[in-house]
Amino acid sequence: MNLLVIAPVLLPLLAGILLLLLPQSRLSLHRTLSVVAVAAQIGLTLALMATVSDGRILIYALGNWPAPFGIVLVADRLAAWMLVITALLALFALLYALRGDDRTGRYFHVLFQLQLLGLNGAFLTGDLFNLFVFFEILLLASYGLLLHGGGRRRTRAGLHFVVVNLAGSTLFLFAVGTLYGVLGTLNMADLAIKVAAAPPENVPLVRAAGLLLFGVFALKAALLPFYLWLPAAYAYTSASVAALFAIMTKVGAYSILRVYTLIFGPEAGPATNLIELWLLPLALATLMVGMIGAVASTHLRQQAAYLVVASVGSLLTAFGLNSSAGVAAGLYYLPHTTFAAAALFLLADLISRQRGVMSDRLDPGPDLPDSRLLGALFFITAIAVAGLPPLAGFLGKFLMLRAALDHALLPWVMGTVLIAALLGLIALARTGSLLFYRVNPEAETEAPWPTIWAETTPIIGLLLLLLGLTVGAGPVFDQSRMIADQVLQPQLYIQAVMNPGGTP
Amino acid sequence: MEALIALIVGVLTACGVYLALRARTFPVVMGLTFLSYAVNVFLFAMSHLTIGQPPVITADAAGYADPLPQALVLTAIVISFGMTAFVIVLALKAYAELGNDHVDGKEETGVRRQASGHRGPL
Repeated sequence: MNLLVIAPVLLPLLAGILLLLLPQSRLSLHRTLSVVAVAAQIGLTLALMATVSDGRILIYALGNWPAPFGIVLVADRLAAWMLVITALLALFALLYALRGDDRTGRYFHVLFQLQLLGLNGAFLTGDLFNLFVFFEILLLASYGLLLHGGGRRRTRAGLHFVVVNLAGSTLFLFAVGTLYGVLGTLNMADLAIKVAAAPPENVPLVRAAGLLLFGVFALKAALLPFYLWLPAAYAYTSASVAALFAIMTKVGAYSILRVYTLIFGPEAGPATNLIELWLLPLALATLMVGMIGAVASTHLRQQAAYLVVASVGSLLTAFGLNSSAGVAAGLYYLPHTTFAAAALFLLADLISRQRGVMSDRLDPGPDLPDSRLLGALFFITAIAVAGLPPLAGFLGKFLMLRAALDHALLPWVMGTVLIAALLGLIALARTGSLLFYRVNPEAETEAPWPTIWAETTPIIGLLLLLLGLTVGAGPVFDQSRMIADQVLQPQLYIQAVMNPGGTP
Repeated sequence: MEALIALIVGVLTACGVYLALRARTFPVVMGLTFLSYAVNVFLFAMSHLTIGQPPVITADAAGYADPLPQALVLTAIVISFGMTAFVIVLALKAYAELGNDHVDGKEETGVRRQASGHRGPL
């Protein structure tokens, strides 16, 4: 029994309950507690990552029921990696929210903690139905956060987001039900064993359920046919929530990586590499569509949202290469693209507040009071988002392309990734010059919001994290290579869950 | 009985999908509710239909009914209940803020609006 495994789930849950009990009028108390909880979560997840870095896979069997009879939480390198990224992102999103987003409605901090509960649970769980439950927790919290503060456009985007995700949840249940009906288990490690040994007459059903699950995860990850909910939802919610949501699409990407390496992975017998045919082409198409959307955007936050779509595309391109090097490159690129997208959302909010009535519309607007500071930050963020040297995004893309060198679809991967990078560069360069150079002196500025240094602190923090990823590229990439090795050896996971304490 | 259950799930799903694709929030909410009913019946039946069998171990049992789908379906019902409540409140909020119950928040214009006016609230 290792309590460290369940602590990242319990901590936000307890913090959320405590915040709910405190009187709503004590905002400063709420803020302090929320920040302390997130800071503690960073400490916990770092400790967890250090514990599992030697390749151990820690199991927490809830109620001490052994797998496959009870639900287990499983902490391996991949889960710990995702937890650390989530906690770091949450800290900066929360710090930005303290500047005002949490004042526009009630229970912001409660919802924020419950969102973290759902995210952490989804990364840790080793049970497919439990994954559904944690998905619902994070979605329900995200509905609340998305609509926080209200407003017409936010309500409309929220309605679409909620309806699409409810339909997705129904599909998830159909897939889970089919798998249970055929195989009689929902524990992911046990499922991997049962799928590999499925009798031939059940194989079509198992494959159908597997592909249905892929549809659900593609919806969460905003993969090509299912990305339409994302741009409006992310563009109209408050900046700190949009920044936190940068990790939400990565939950879908994580689920795809986990389920299709473990259950339908290389050793799954009749369902081996189930989605190999689908993932790479869809990911490349998503990357392209996201970048085209970014070029065509008329508002800065819409552009940031399309860049999130594109980032999922490049992430899943790396995972779709179906090789250790590809997965390692994707895992190295994941924190970079998450933090960069979050920084862009926060910065877009600061810029649009300074532009007064022009908001974030991409037309020549007033001269910004703090154009130097904001311009410099935008320049660095744009370099990060577009994946230019010297930041880690370039290294991630380089590693990705190197991993694709001996892949059958190399021309397509190379062409799409490079053209998409060019499109991203064009989009961001146009935005930058519109915002900071092509100033329209007659544009009215009605009492622009003064930037104070404190408001840029979370953005600078995120950019420093990106710098850290670049400077520490060697150790970080070693770490992602070790994660990839572990993920692509599903028998390690199965062994740890089904036979805990046994000889490896 | 299998055919009947399969038919129920199929009809509920078809109605749910049709209604969820409508342009007004009320039928969309109804459609999502139908979909969740369909999936609940489906989950309930997923470990094969058995009659008169004990779910827990007894000495003289000839066979067993699987108790797990009932636990799963209970969880699914609670979650879909909460989600439905939320989406109803959200639809009402959208109606109040946007001034109509179209899912895109704007009325259809011109001829189509008149044509749809004769079909009643759906």
